[in-house]
Amino acid sequence: MGNKGIKSSRRKFVKKTAAIAGTLVASSLIEPFKLLVYATEEPKDEGPWWGVGIDISKCIGCGLCAKSCKIENNVPEDPFFFRSWVEQYTVYNDGTVKVVSPNGGIDGFNQEEDKENIFKTFFVPKMCNQCAKSPCTQVCPVGATFETPEGITLVDSEHCIGCSYCVQACPYGCRYIHPESIVADKCTLCYHRLTKGIAPACMEVCPTGARIYGNLRDPESELVKYMKNNSYQVLKPNLNTGSKLYYNALSAEVI
Amino acid sequence: MPEQLKRLFPLFAIFIIIFLIIRHLLIPDTFGLYGHYRGDALKDNANIELVYASKEACIECHSDIREMLEMDEHSDISCLSCHGPGLEHVENPETANIEKPGSREFCGRCHAINPARSTNMIIQVDIKEHHAEKKDCIDCHNPHQVWEIKE
Repeated sequence: MGNKGIKSSRRKFVKKTAAIAGTLVASSLIEPFKLLVYATEEPKDEGPWWGVGIDISKCIGCGLCAKSCKIENNVPEDPFFFRSWVEQYTVYNDGTVKVVSPNGGIDGFNQEEDKENIFKTFFVPKMCNQCAKSPCTQVCPVGATFETPEGITLVDSEHCIGCSYCVQACPYGCRYIHPESIVADKCTLCYHRLTKGIAPACMEVCPTGARIYGNLRDPESELVKYMKNNSYQVLKPNLNTGSKLYYNALSAEVI
Repeated sequence: MPEQLKRLFPLFAIFIIIFLIIRHLLIPDTFGLYGHYRGDALKDNANIELVYASKEACIECHSDIREMLEMDEHSDISCLSCHGPGLEHVENPETANIEKPGSREFCGRCHAINPARSTNMIIQVDIKEHHAEKKDCIDCHNPHQVWEIKE
């Protein structure tokens, strides 16, 4: 009697387990559940796939990009809110590295003449890297930040709850919480200009052509030509963020 | 099956149905149109108003300055780099709503001495010492024709 009982309960157990596993597998195939899986690959559709190029050898540190970005995108004037900013790296002969970004570079950089102790120095403009595998969009608990089919990471300011997980997740420090609306804010590559066929504000005002943007799917675009002709590099490639901000003449000191 | 479990089943069913109804009401219509986000957010972002105009808009009226600039070293620079956003000026052209900078500080943004600036890229001037008797750069230089020095 007892023997039979064990057998029958084992059969029941196996049956139940199989049923639960089967239901889970079947339900994962249903369309609404697929939405929960984040796209980590470049979408296969037609249309532009935007990327950015910054040529450090051409940047003269005028800071007009940072200034125009604040005006165009209603970024607060306080010196700790930036969508786009410029850093000056100075490597001294003793190996120490100094990084300065006075007010994000929006007022330019001071005249500097002491060359004796400097090994080398250069400007690094920074902005959202428009990652193809954005760490910031993956942590959003409400689906308020996302990668568009054009490869631009945007924020849905209506649905953002201002939890600032994305601010912490961005390895490049490109996000902040807007002090008035209390939602996350970041570079949109001037999505409102791009969709009208106008260059982003920072690209429009750059006097040396150090900043370029282009369609990575178009072999004739300015960005693709730049990538062919220069030995570009992305920031923090070890993090596998799929960054689409390609720096030329990037020095190893830059983090 | 025990009696108390049977009574719990309808209760669970009611909870699940209420949850699904609330979920349906809270999810925006266009959610999931392109991915795990509200599809209309793309439109919201695209409809933000512009502040900066573009060089093309300036040239429509100021073709004379465009021609003057053509032979100048500043020819590749957008008008907006120096003259500011300018969209207000495009919509309502007045001399008051466009910037006309020319101070030592402004020109120094690009031309002040800084070892980080490549000398191939830009001419560097000591903005404190260079012709200290004059006040602003535009007292001598026409920014649209840099080497035509004013008297």
